[in-house]
Amino acid sequence: MVLTKTRQRDVLGHSALRPDGTAKVKGDFAFSSDLWAENMLWGATLRSPHPHARIVSIDLSKAWKVTGVEAIITASDVPGQLTYGLISEDQPVFAFDVVRYMGEPIAAVAADHPETCRRALAAIEITYEILPPLTDPEMSIGEQHIPIHPDGNLIREQRIVRGDITATGPIVVEGTYIIGMQDQAFLGTESALATPDHDGGGVEVYVATQWLHEDRKQMAKCLNMPEEKVRLTLGGVGGAFGAREDISLQVHTSLLALRTGRPVKMQYGREESFFGHVHRHPAKVWMKHHATAEGEIVKIEARFLFDGGAYSSTSAAVLLNGITHTQGPYRCPNAIVEGFASRTNNPPCGAMRGFGVVQACFAHEGQMDKIAEAAGISPVAVRLLNAIRTGDTLITGQILESVAPVERCIRETDALPLPPPLPTDAHELLLPGGSGLTADRRHIVRGIGYGVSIKNIMYSEGFDDYSTARCILKDGVATIKFATSEVGQGFVTLAPQIARSVLGVDEVVTETIDTQIGSAGSTSASRQTWMSGGAMDGACRMVRERLFEHVAAIHKLDPLQLAIENTDVVDTRGHLRIPVSEASSGVRFEETFEYHHRPTEDLDENGQGNCHVAFAFVAHRAVVDVDPELGLVKVVQIATAQDVGRVLNPLSVLGQIEGGIAQGLGLAVMEEIIVQDGKVRNPSFTDYLLPTALDAPTVIASMIEEPDPQAPMGAKGVGEPPCISVTPAIVAAIRNAVGKSIDRCPVRPQDICL
Amino acid sequence: MTVFIPRSLQEATDLIAEHPDAHLLTGGTDLMVEVNFNHRRPEKVISLGKIEELHQVTINDDHVIIGAAVPYAQMEKGELGESLPALAEAARTVGSPQIRAAGSLGGNLGTCSPAGDSLPVLSATNSLVHLTSAGGTRMVPFSEFMIGPKRNSRQPHEIITAVTVPRTCGWQGYAKVGTRNAMVISVASACVVFHDDELRIALGSVGPTIIRCTDTENWYQSLASKKSTGVSLEIGSRASQESRPIDDHRSTADYRRHAIKVLAQRLFERGMSK
Ligand SMILES: Cc1cc2nc3c(=O)[nH]c(=O)nc-3n(C[C@H](O)[C@H](O)[C@H](O)COP(=O)(O)OP(=O)(O)OC[C@H]3O[C@@H](n4cnc5c(N)ncnc54)[C@H](O)[C@@H]3O)c2cc1C
Repeated sequence: MVLTKTRQRDVLGHSALRPDGTAKVKGDFAFSSDLWAENMLWGATLRSPHPHARIVSIDLSKAWKVTGVEAIITASDVPGQLTYGLISEDQPVFAFDVVRYMGEPIAAVAADHPETCRRALAAIEITYEILPPLTDPEMSIGEQHIPIHPDGNLIREQRIVRGDITATGPIVVEGTYIIGMQDQAFLGTESALATPDHDGGGVEVYVATQWLHEDRKQMAKCLNMPEEKVRLTLGGVGGAFGAREDISLQVHTSLLALRTGRPVKMQYGREESFFGHVHRHPAKVWMKHHATAEGEIVKIEARFLFDGGAYSSTSAAVLLNGITHTQGPYRCPNAIVEGFASRTNNPPCGAMRGFGVVQACFAHEGQMDKIAEAAGISPVAVRLLNAIRTGDTLITGQILESVAPVERCIRETDALPLPPPLPTDAHELLLPGGSGLTADRRHIVRGIGYGVSIKNIMYSEGFDDYSTARCILKDGVATIKFATSEVGQGFVTLAPQIARSVLGVDEVVTETIDTQIGSAGSTSASRQTWMSGGAMDGACRMVRERLFEHVAAIHKLDPLQLAIENTDVVDTRGHLRIPVSEASSGVRFEETFEYHHRPTEDLDENGQGNCHVAFAFVAHRAVVDVDPELGLVKVVQIATAQDVGRVLNPLSVLGQIEGGIAQGLGLAVMEEIIVQDGKVRNPSFTDYLLPTALDAPTVIASMIEEPDPQAPMGAKGVGEPPCISVTPAIVAAIRNAVGKSIDRCPVRPQDICL
Repeated sequence: MTVFIPRSLQEATDLIAEHPDAHLLTGGTDLMVEVNFNHRRPEKVISLGKIEELHQVTINDDHVIIGAAVPYAQMEKGELGESLPALAEAARTVGSPQIRAAGSLGGNLGTCSPAGDSLPVLSATNSLVHLTSAGGTRMVPFSEFMIGPKRNSRQPHEIITAVTVPRTCGWQGYAKVGTRNAMVISVASACVVFHDDELRIALGSVGPTIIRCTDTENWYQSLASKKSTGVSLEIGSRASQESRPIDDHRSTADYRRHAIKVLAQRLFERGMSK
């Protein structure tokens, strides 16, 4: 008898560890900011101090005199298209004639040292004619205002009309909700290293980004080069959350490198980073719900206004996401919704985890609590009563085909244990106010609140979104390649797990993530496990078929009867069992697979159409302690049950849940970019407050596994849902604790106590 | 950039006499932030961290002398922390453990921000700042030391060497409001000190300097019955009236005034209950 030691293989379903985890913890991991090249120059950007001004003149003569300066470039040095953008190309690489937001790039320099760059930037003389900034989005889309951009002030307007718009019910509740401007606040600031080809005809760029191929497309246009001459490799990414979907320093760094013929590195500091990327849209959402006396939704009226800031970025798509999620995870037969995304001289806004749904959810969850109160039922009861199910019709007319365990999410969340009451001798650090010692136990009251959300996953509105992956099997080793940006979400952990599961190998080599393979699409919209996972799974399955054909031919078996069992190829009728390493010895199978999700459609003028691919759901329950007199909050516990389809890596999923909750907590009680007259007042981590360990609550999570037949491995994306309904849950808990209506987030102390 | 690393106070005062334009550096937790943000580009730096004298702590029966380079971590607990409870509480609210391992009173006084957490304590305890130059040492009461936001009466050739903090007979405490539960710049703060039957209140982040609530203190002094109900409420409102807050990106003047009312009242009640 042979004794085999059972060992855990890092296959699907196991908590395989991140391949880069140890290096990151030890500080050995090379982030893009750690890049270095022989003979390298440094690049830096000159930005507008004004939110709105005409550029009268730019004088570079003094800057050129700074020794060590090798290049200075402005808009007139951009060889190709002068503007770029994800949806509409309306944002200048460098401002020409007008600056439209504080921090807009005007020039860039390359020099021998960052300090030389700083001096050169300080020596550039720009004469501005200061223009009054347009900062109120309502005013921006009002009739009278002069457009601040040739494309006009209205980035997008879309309405949704469904059912009987005259319908009403005995309960009518209304609210106007304000959502502040949140920042993605990744820890690794923007950075890139560009190296020109010897003939100056191309450029190689290492960059921290969410979507290599889209960057390349936009860069090639501005650089006036064929796309294949712009080669991108993923630099180590220190977080993204949407902020790396738009390009930032990519074109600037490449231009400087091409101009000087030397490698150029650019890296933003913390303050500059606040100006270097888009933020979450601040929004004003008005909603009016009509319901039966029992609390069942009859109709929703809503109006959304998203402040897109100076350039459009993804505003049009964020708006679509917002309005199409008006109803939340609830049935709603009748609706009339209008949405606007406007242009202002505020900082440009675009993608951030939750992408428009965060704003919608904050409003609809506030409304659900109001209906519950009017109907005299509990917050849980009103949500269960209205919970949407698979097969229901959304307000866009789209049939909800995704598995929709909304009721289960709510019930399982509610069944999770509550924290013990705050002890009379509670440690001082656990009270709201924390180390500030502002309160005693007797000043504190506790509240509970709920939030539930629906989030579309993947891109919408007819976008043919796909991902590419390659798999090579040789001598028992799988070598995999993809262009999927690893921004911390864990695809570099998942992809080898897929290969191990499908092919029965243990050793998997992941090749460099770059543009030497087809696009993987963006690491956003909770889409990579589904899309790139689907591509990887597809490539591995094709290789497995080839392996089975090969083994079947040698052993005269039917390839259709072969299967992988652990690390063996087995004949299901029992005629053969050989290790995959042996079966693949001396042969090489290579396959590339492109995964496309099912097609979607545009909305018509009444907002009707199958615009989304799939949906994921989650419920949150928040328990907070509040000091009502000082308006300070301590989030004690978040309980959550999330619809994940299938858990492919429990540790990774939990990481997304806990991280998302911390980010949603930030929006609930502290994270906000303060903009006054178009100027950002708090571009630093001293004043843009992120939750610390002392602010992070205990999280108890339950993962609901109902594999979605549409999803390649049954698994839904889990990245965005955790941060969406936790914000309204926390705010509801604060309202519950203090008995006051609060319709904005983040909740500031004065919103509670004044 | 030239960095001088004197090993003795004498050496340091000589250096500063010779280079009055040099920037002094202790923990660097303020200075380096300013350098990183390009607000300061020092050509010369005198690093004070290696000077033995600046690390000394002397605990006497009626006062404590704390060297200007002693880090907050040392004030949080132990003998020093126990002898000056309000300073210990203030020290515990400063930044993160990393900041408290480096930041010092010398630096907090050097920066002299109205949000500096040690400052309300130094004010309410009637502390004295030691300023040393090649010519000798002078002792300046805190109230005369801080003269404006980020402005103090230190002369360019002087080094802050220590602070004398009188010990008090009675309860003392510090509280600070910020919109995060740790590592946050103060939005409003207060220190309350009971000394025999005297009450002292100092406020942070609600005026151009630390504000001593002398009117409130005098009112309390004049009370016949100091324990009657309603006193704490009155103390809160009076202290709040003495604050002079502004609106900024961290908070509003209204909230700050309100917070001072609550903090002063609560600290007073905490003291009375002990
Ligand atoms: C992340 C972070 C969080 C922070 N949180 C807080 C907080 O919660 N509360 C708070 O009060 N502060 C906070 N600070 C600010 C800072 O830590 C404190 O002000 C600290 O006391 C500064 O001490 P230091 O020794 O580091 O000063 P340094 O940075 O070395 O010096 C500060 C200033 O004082 C001058 N100086 C230093 N030593 C002397 C001396 N002996 N004589 C004369 N001048 C001198 C320097 O020239 C400089 O101008 C924080 C800072 C950071 C970076």
